[in-house]
Amino acid sequence: MVWKIEADRQSCLGTGMCAGSAPDYFELDNTGKVRVIKDDIEPDEAVTDAASLCPVEAIRVREAASGKTLAPL
Amino acid sequence: MVSEEPRSYPFSEPDRLNLDPAYAEVREAQGLVRVKLPFGRPAWLATRYEDVRLVLGDPRFSRAQAVGKGDEPSLIPFGPGPDTIVAMDPPEHTRLRRVVAKAFTMRRIDSLRPWVQKIVDDLLDEMEKHGSPIDLVESFARPQPGMTIFELMGIPYEDRPKVQKWTDIALSTLSAGYTRDEVLEAAASIRAYLADQLEIRRNDPKDDLLGVLVSARDEQDRLTEQEMVNLGVAVVVTGNETTADQITNFTYLLLTHPQHMQELRDNPGLVPQAVEEMLRYTPLLAGTSFPRVATEDVVLGEVLVRAGDAVLPSMMSANRDGSVFANPDVLDFHREDNPHLGTGHGVHRCLGAQLAKMELEIALSSLLKRFPQLRLATAPEEVTFRKGTLQRAPQELLIAW
Repeated sequence: MVWKIEADRQSCLGTGMCAGSAPDYFELDNTGKVRVIKDDIEPDEAVTDAASLCPVEAIRVREAASGKTLAPL
Repeated sequence: MVSEEPRSYPFSEPDRLNLDPAYAEVREAQGLVRVKLPFGRPAWLATRYEDVRLVLGDPRFSRAQAVGKGDEPSLIPFGPGPDTIVAMDPPEHTRLRRVVAKAFTMRRIDSLRPWVQKIVDDLLDEMEKHGSPIDLVESFARPQPGMTIFELMGIPYEDRPKVQKWTDIALSTLSAGYTRDEVLEAAASIRAYLADQLEIRRNDPKDDLLGVLVSARDEQDRLTEQEMVNLGVAVVVTGNETTADQITNFTYLLLTHPQHMQELRDNPGLVPQAVEEMLRYTPLLAGTSFPRVATEDVVLGEVLVRAGDAVLPSMMSANRDGSVFANPDVLDFHREDNPHLGTGHGVHRCLGAQLAKMELEIALSSLLKRFPQLRLATAPEEVTFRKGTLQRAPQELLIAW
């Protein structure tokens, strides 16, 4: 199975929740906003956790094949 | 040189909402300075924006490694236990934070606006009925966030006075004069109280935060009993105390900066930006705590921090860093870009930031609207600030209209 990560940089507040909790997948660029390091990934709970922790729900994790949202729920 | 004696920290007893000039001196010198807090081992104090943000956000800095050994640099005689969310690193931290994160998303908080507006309006009605002058702290600044967080949590609001008393003692610094035993006992009383409330919820399931905690523990096994209790304590204490102090501080700022207050009266749409700016400008804490430990050697400022060293990231100092904020010591409601660290950064960023900002926006705009002649009932220099507490705020703020 492949998961897909999408990040909405418009609503991103730059809190660093995602980069701090899942640093293999997210970082903050020099404008302080989220950048997804890898967008097609093997399933990893750290990514759905990061999406659930974002206070503005700027991160969405989907199942690549079906498009089903895995987080945030 | 780095081998010199650590400086005693905090640099001074807090002076109203003024930030000790020592922070600016350190920022302009090496950026980091060796300090010794009243309790625990010596630490580095990081003062520059870039360094503070890095310590807060970079996984090479660990909270978990700073706690539980009895030597955590601290302003108070006890540090958080290892099973508290403020003492954890991911993935343990993530596991706990997820339990409560959903209740505090921007979307969820926005849906609470009408309800908070009602709490605010009712309190303002009571104040009007009482008549001018009145103490803002007891009539408004404490009840408003108190009612909000107690209701969200699902604990009875009539218990607020005792919770407040325990909180005041548990979060007091040395100069308050409480004994170590009194402080520890107050902290234990808050935990026992939350444990009782959670037990009540077990037998009377409801859809409030107590219910969320109980269900995460009992149905989903996502946290231990002690973690559940401590998480409840963290939400109630910070939700009650921090917002109350900032409502008082921000009102004090507006009343002592009449042009700024007039700006908000002329343009109420500016209030959210004003709240952000006052979060940047206000040094809420008596001193920086919650150190992180470097897990490898890292250069910060002009200093090599060694693996194992403790670093205190000073958000209040970072928020006055002139390399990020033009005229950093000026209160300016028109800053285009305001990436302040007033609610923290990284995984430990304030969980309730969205709620606190919403409460502050509604509280301040409603207060200004209700009382067009709002003013201090005393001379500004007669406003006394609390002493011996981790957070700064006026003890009492007598207002008139």
